[in-house]
Amino acid sequence: MTAQDTTTPVGAMARLDRSQPQPEASAPAAKPVRRLPVQKDWPTWALITAQIGILVGALSLWEIGARTGWIDAFFWSQPSAIAQTMTIFFTTGDAWADISFTFRSTIFGFLLGTTAGSLLGLSFWWSRNYAAIVQPYVICLESIPKLALAPLIILVFGIGLVSKVAVATALTLVVSTLTAYAGVKALDPDGEKLFYSLGASRLQVFRKLVVPFCLPWIISVLRVNIGLALTGAIVGEFIASQHGLGRAILYAGQTYDIALVWVAVLVLSTLAVVMYAAVSWVESMLRKGVRQ
Amino acid sequence: MSSSAPKLCVADVSMAFKTPTGAFHALAPVTLSIPQGRFVSLIGPSGCGKSTIFNIIAGLLEPTGGRVLIDGVDATGTIGRVGYMLQKDLLLPWRTVLDNVILGMEIQHVPLRASRERALPLLHRYGLAGFEYLYPSALSGGMRQRAALLRTLLFDTDVILLDEPFGALDAQTKLKMQEWLMQLWSDFSKTVLFVTHDVEEAIYLSDEVHVMGTRPGRIIATIPVPLARPRIRHSVLSGEFLAIKERCLELLHLDPKGPEAVNEAA
Repeated sequence: MTAQDTTTPVGAMARLDRSQPQPEASAPAAKPVRRLPVQKDWPTWALITAQIGILVGALSLWEIGARTGWIDAFFWSQPSAIAQTMTIFFTTGDAWADISFTFRSTIFGFLLGTTAGSLLGLSFWWSRNYAAIVQPYVICLESIPKLALAPLIILVFGIGLVSKVAVATALTLVVSTLTAYAGVKALDPDGEKLFYSLGASRLQVFRKLVVPFCLPWIISVLRVNIGLALTGAIVGEFIASQHGLGRAILYAGQTYDIALVWVAVLVLSTLAVVMYAAVSWVESMLRKGVRQ
Repeated sequence: MSSSAPKLCVADVSMAFKTPTGAFHALAPVTLSIPQGRFVSLIGPSGCGKSTIFNIIAGLLEPTGGRVLIDGVDATGTIGRVGYMLQKDLLLPWRTVLDNVILGMEIQHVPLRASRERALPLLHRYGLAGFEYLYPSALSGGMRQRAALLRTLLFDTDVILLDEPFGALDAQTKLKMQEWLMQLWSDFSKTVLFVTHDVEEAIYLSDEVHVMGTRPGRIIATIPVPLARPRIRHSVLSGEFLAIKERCLELLHLDPKGPEAVNEAA
């Protein structure tokens, strides 16, 4: 360390010395000439090659490590075993039933939670008194870690699909409620004034002003909610279930079938990406429709 | 129609708000009587209750005392009787210009197609041709105000309240909009009540200017503007116009003669 410490200043001095010959350098505190740092963008093929290279490199290291015993394959499994298990999972196991189960619980929970939450949030516009009374409860619900309620939900709704939907709903509902309510609160009172001056009824103000105004808020929460719904569905399956990718992961873990854990996680990630992309697409379509 | 019955009558309207420190009198009893087809302006310092009067006439605020009569009929606290345009254009960003303009008719349950058919020629005639199917975000400030004003006109009430409609526009656009408004007013023969901070604007547009004072808000003078119509820009430089302007400024305590005038008035 000390050797390095002493060499660094010497190097710096040497660099200084090289700049000495210029007459300006002798003037005190000469401003350093600095150019705008420019980053050259790599072509797309180079970026993609680098990305694939990292993946292939990591998988190769993993495989080699496992074969040489440098990585404990019992705990970490290895890519070749995972690939094998993947084939078995899709050919002999009930992979599609599991995927479909998790997918359905997620989508139902997502739709139910988002719709009910948005309506609840919008309903606060109707009465200030009602909003004031209910608001503390909503905030309490927000602060409760909903996943902690999952065992209770399973107990009440059973180990079937309904309980998974319920957990997913619980997670998405409060977020939607608070977001829609934020939209309601951001409403310009002058907008309402305009509508009432035109002789509008409260229902007309709600339908023609409040709902379209809050739609962008509601839309903005869709992508967050699909992730939350999936989390809810998986946790529900962890606690008690006979189907689903969450159950597959838990079962594989308990039987030390680590390759199967990886397979289920991979499939689950793919499912998550697909649903996220679909919701993003829906969101962009809705945004085009709403224009704000 | 008998000219004796005023179109809009504000009879002894007063307004007091409850505050933690007691009642705040926003409006001392104010009386206004405006015949059909007149263009009348209210000018006054901020906080003199101009907007309060408008809110009361539009039925958005229940006055503490007094009544609002339209065509001699009590309209106190009823909404949808007058067209009301606020300073903000309040165009709905998710509707096209055309669909914004027909909002009033839509709320009154006029069939969509009929109201669009009525609105389109007006948009064409009054400077919004080519903008009908655009969204408000594509419009300039002046264009947005035009759309907001047409929305107010298409609401089909005889009385129109305009609360500083040109307050946020630049000077040049404002002059253009004044000419445009004059054109509309003579075409539609509406009764207009106009609020502005701009004394010149008030005189140039109006048949009559009411000057208001504060604490409590009240009308301190009514000044008729006998200038011939149609008015031209040059008339703002005429001696008659300048005399009216000077009188208004004096009443508003903005007399160029200096602070003595203020003391005198106080």
